[in-house]
Amino acid sequence: MSVLEIKNLTYIAGEKRILDGLSLLIGASEIHALLGTNGTGKSTLAYLVMGCEGYRPTSGEIIFKGNVINDLKIHERAGLGITMAWQEPVRFEGISVRDYLTLKTKDADPSLYLEMAGLHPELCLHRMVDKALSGGERKRIELASILALNPKLAILDEPDSGIDMLSTQDIINVITAFKKNGSSVLLITHREEIALMADKASQLCRGKIVCSGSPMEVAQYYKARKCLVCDAEVCVYV
Amino acid sequence: MSDLDALMKALGESGGDKAILANGEIAHLAVSGHKILSMRDVEGLEVEAKEILQGISAKVTVRAGVKIKNPVRLCFGILHKKGTQKIKVDVKLEKDSSAHFIAHCIFPKAEEVKHIMDAVIDIGENAEMKYSETHYHGLYGGIEVIPKAVVKVGKGGRYLADFTLTTGRVGRLNMDYSVEAGENAVTELTARVFGHADDDIKIKEKVVLSGENSKGLIKTRVALEDDAMAEVTGITEGNAAGSRGHVDCMEIVKDRAVAKAIPIVNVTNSLAKVTHEAAIGSVDKRQLETLMAHGLTPEEATDIIVRGVLK
Repeated sequence: MSVLEIKNLTYIAGEKRILDGLSLLIGASEIHALLGTNGTGKSTLAYLVMGCEGYRPTSGEIIFKGNVINDLKIHERAGLGITMAWQEPVRFEGISVRDYLTLKTKDADPSLYLEMAGLHPELCLHRMVDKALSGGERKRIELASILALNPKLAILDEPDSGIDMLSTQDIINVITAFKKNGSSVLLITHREEIALMADKASQLCRGKIVCSGSPMEVAQYYKARKCLVCDAEVCVYV
Repeated sequence: MSDLDALMKALGESGGDKAILANGEIAHLAVSGHKILSMRDVEGLEVEAKEILQGISAKVTVRAGVKIKNPVRLCFGILHKKGTQKIKVDVKLEKDSSAHFIAHCIFPKAEEVKHIMDAVIDIGENAEMKYSETHYHGLYGGIEVIPKAVVKVGKGGRYLADFTLTTGRVGRLNMDYSVEAGENAVTELTARVFGHADDDIKIKEKVVLSGENSKGLIKTRVALEDDAMAEVTGITEGNAAGSRGHVDCMEIVKDRAVAKAIPIVNVTNSLAKVTHEAAIGSVDKRQLETLMAHGLTPEEATDIIVRGVLK
């Protein structure tokens, strides 16, 4: 049985149709990469699946482990095992990295998850999750924090953005850790080397899935500008 | 139970360490109402305190070159429902000295209490003073707190002050701190206050950067709920070349609470730079959603965000 099933999902904001009859399946322990140029609706899909405020389907269904979750709030979805790492994680004053990683899992060993994200626990556990962290550090801490939740479905919105090229392997290691822990991952990325580690991939264009298959196939399709929806006007390189 | 025992018991109940008064290596001054209950000097630090008609008058001096190892403990309180406490303090840190003062202000049963603090602080050349003041007011809100400080920081000196009133009701707070920083001096004023019910909070902090390359930071964090009100005024003047100042005010508002922030920045020297930021509003939506995605309820998430801001 699929962990996440999205059926004919449409989302209209104002007069703009951002998602247009999108359907997608993600299986158990599957890493599913979602590719697409800026503005094609990838983050909107992430917000809809997570249930962020103001993001409810205009039509269609979001089904998690067999149950429609369209009307559930974020924390109710989190309670089912869905979580998300935002593209630009927010900062918090007065919350230490140690506390942040154990917000809901008091018994978890935060060091373990920080190491998985390529961070040295002794250098960052006592620090605050605030403006003093670099963008890359904050990103890794966010990934470590949701890894500690041991979710059934992790939505990772561009986990590689703001990460230096040399640290890409750390991000790949984290994503691999989700899979090892039995989590499914909806992975939004612009980097081919990250997408290629997925089990499956889909390309999004103008609110529709225009291609699904192996990451290699989808990346090739994308790079060859074969998108029929926009006739290659939008879909250029990954 | 003696007044001192009662004050120490209240200190322990408000989270303080009542054993500090027994430690011979720690200087302290304990005052209940207008009565001095206990006092201790340490080498290099002199405390002259006396009961006067209108309250308590204290003079604290840290001698030149002396670095006071353990924080000096000040404990002020009124344990009755009604009363007035007026404290006048003159603090002088002589050249190259340093000391950390930790003040506990305890009013656990206040229904009609007034606490007035009037401090004049003189920090000498290359001297450093840290001052941390924590209040515990109980649950009744019948208290008026009026702390006033006029601080002068000499060349190369440092003054770091931290005011916290996040436990119990605030009542009425009317705080007025003013600091003048000399050449290469550094000053940081931090205030954290959590207002409930009909608490009325007025915070005015002013930093005048009159010396070359002096630096100042005013950081205020206020959370309000119910019908509480707050007005926060942060003033920084950059009057000398190379002086740098910043005013940073954040107020989180819930329920019917009303918040106002007035950052004022004046620059009279073209080589000075003063900046400010002020944010007032409900709990940040993205912060809330992030914590909810970690499995916290909206109420749990809000509580963590507010406590973090006030930490």
